[in-house]
Amino acid sequence: MRRSAVPAFRRSSCHLSNQFDQFEEATLMSRTTLPPLLSRPAAAAGLTACALVLTACGSGATSAGSGSADTLTETDYYTSAPQNTQLPKVLDACGAQAGVKIKHQQVPREQFMPKLLQQAAARSMPDLALIDNPDLQQLASTGGLVSLSKAGLSTTGLYPSIVSAGQYDGQTYGIAPGVNGLALYYNKDLFAAAKLQPPTTWAQLAADAKALTKGAQRGIAFSAIATEEGSFQFEPFFWTAGASLKDLDSPQAVQALALWKDLADSGAASKSVVNWSQADVNAQFLSGNAAMMVNGPWQLPALNAKQDLHFGIVPIPVPSASAKPVTPLGGEVWTVGHSSPAREAKAVAVVTCLLDAQHSAQWSKDAGYIPSNQSAAAQLGSSDPQLAAFVAEIGTAQARTAELGTGYPKVSAALWAAIQASLAGGKSPQSALAEAQKEAGS
Amino acid sequence: MSALLGKAGRTAPAAAGATGAGAAGAPGGRLLPWGARRAPGRRRTGWRAFAFVLPAWAYVAAFYVYPLASNVRMGFQDYTVASFFTGSAPYVGLANYRAVWHDPQFTRTVVNTALFTAGSLLLQFAVGLGLAVFFRRSFPLGGVLRSLLLVPWLLPLVVSGTVWRWMFYNDSGVVNQALLHLHLIHQPVPWLVSTHMSLVAVTLVNIWVGIPFNMVILYGGLQAIPEQLYEAAAIDGANAWQRFTRITLPMLRPVSLVVLTLGLIYTVKAFDVIMTVSQGGPANSSQTLTTYAYQLSFQQLTFGRGAAVGNLLILLAVVFAALYLRAVRDQEGRAR
Repeated sequence: MRRSAVPAFRRSSCHLSNQFDQFEEATLMSRTTLPPLLSRPAAAAGLTACALVLTACGSGATSAGSGSADTLTETDYYTSAPQNTQLPKVLDACGAQAGVKIKHQQVPREQFMPKLLQQAAARSMPDLALIDNPDLQQLASTGGLVSLSKAGLSTTGLYPSIVSAGQYDGQTYGIAPGVNGLALYYNKDLFAAAKLQPPTTWAQLAADAKALTKGAQRGIAFSAIATEEGSFQFEPFFWTAGASLKDLDSPQAVQALALWKDLADSGAASKSVVNWSQADVNAQFLSGNAAMMVNGPWQLPALNAKQDLHFGIVPIPVPSASAKPVTPLGGEVWTVGHSSPAREAKAVAVVTCLLDAQHSAQWSKDAGYIPSNQSAAAQLGSSDPQLAAFVAEIGTAQARTAELGTGYPKVSAALWAAIQASLAGGKSPQSALAEAQKEAGS
Repeated sequence: MSALLGKAGRTAPAAAGATGAGAAGAPGGRLLPWGARRAPGRRRTGWRAFAFVLPAWAYVAAFYVYPLASNVRMGFQDYTVASFFTGSAPYVGLANYRAVWHDPQFTRTVVNTALFTAGSLLLQFAVGLGLAVFFRRSFPLGGVLRSLLLVPWLLPLVVSGTVWRWMFYNDSGVVNQALLHLHLIHQPVPWLVSTHMSLVAVTLVNIWVGIPFNMVILYGGLQAIPEQLYEAAAIDGANAWQRFTRITLPMLRPVSLVVLTLGLIYTVKAFDVIMTVSQGGPANSSQTLTTYAYQLSFQQLTFGRGAAVGNLLILLAVVFAALYLRAVRDQEGRAR
């Protein structure tokens, strides 16, 4: 789970041109004298438009069809560095090894599922797609994906949570070369100045966050935005408290939301958390406006690039000293779309290459991910102290679809609405979550 | 669904354009020199006219009628992710509409849509009219200033929406900082972080986006009012306010009707403003029917319910498009 900085919903250009057309229409009408010559070019333009549309359809059909197996299509939603610059490199390397060219395409996260579903409807799924793991079961249920277990790919040695996230109906449809999770980043300079130690329990977290709040500086930043990111960030607290997505208003869930509400109400976290994406949260931490933040390892390349920022990473704090953090499993899985047997074989060969020890380690390192291979991850965790907290947590991480399967998106939407209702709408955690449970059950 | 909706708003004008082209096809034949020689062949002219209309109708059928019909059908189906691939979805009658009706969010969303639309329309029109009257006087740099006011209209909404989101930030946003320094407020206004203010914030942005459109068209309307009317009124002793209410407003009535109806259609289907500024949050407090349809379809993946909400919007757009066409027809009738 990671996202670009810009909420890129790009329908606006349509909106604009629409307004222009209508405006022309209106001005023409209001003058009421239609120049007689104007209508003939209009008809001609109509003809040209038709012709253009027809050719566009024609060429689209041939390129998307099950033609030659020399070129494969690939789609992902990485729109920011370093992932968007590193992925083409590893794809080219694996394409060369499998003897195919790979046509690389990025789609903004908001349009990713709509686009894949359109392609599924047209039976022209991309040969390779890198999809967010909680979406895998939905897409696999369409029947448009190739079963990777039948194709002979093995998941031995990988974290069981990511293996289960990639499965639907007992078959493996998606495998991740690298995974991610969430941990607590803290600013070492600010902590040293306040003579504080990084928190391990919720009580310490709240106390430290309040102590580190002064002036424009806030104790902690997290994302409570009205998208999947908001739920993803809340789930470490939700699950660590012992709550279940099947029962959104359990006492444990209320306890977790009460912690967040306390942080926001006391001013230890900005009220703007309900507008912040994870990229915004990272910007707050980078600029020193937040002493701590909840975020993932994919931010490391950007954070390490900033010279005068000294930070450390610890696991997500737990309600009592004896508890273990349970974080949601993040990261994308590779899938292969149905086409012709020759193309599918090539695509599977590319995925095999992407998952091998060398390429998955390289990709994880470049993109700020944790290798999904347990022994590779353990090795990395002991050699790189920045990643130790993430590696420790991924051992106990939970796939978001583990409890609900394809029912997850609906419950997640109810959950992020409840978080917002409590943080920004003045509702008590109890009543906000009770409403969410009602919504999720409808 | 909102993509469809954008088209719904456009269907009526597009159809009007199509018939316009068709009507022009017939006199076009008569204008041509060889048309005069074959004067008795009226049937040929008829076929030729048909040939001119056909591409336009084919276009409308393929890109407006078909998606609209599919959306209406989808509203009666249990359309899931799997349906996209298999192409089949069971019909469930009115179940989607019932589910949406009983959704606790629905009433709030409808009220939000009405408030958002009414607030946007009124203020866009008022400010647009004020600016149009202002720019009617010629003064140094007036033209430049008027062109600059078009900027909101030319910027992609994703860009301006994102900038507005930053400007509305609670602690560091420039809007709150400016208001605090001007001592207009003593506490930061929770623009996007309160369920009570978020709808106001997105409405303000939408007003800002819509002002240029209102200004330009009303300015055009003002140009058409003969200057002599004002001179005659001034001689009769009418003051500025009387000239505005007795001459400007009545003379602008037809243009105003067009502007308001078009504005209504744009505002009801506004999506990108809300999506970039507040994502419909916090806690769905700035959700309108368009963002609600998006949430149902693409976040919760319940496409049938999303289509049901989309259909309600199509219905609204059709009603307003009919009103628009009537207003235009009345206006043309009056002009003849």
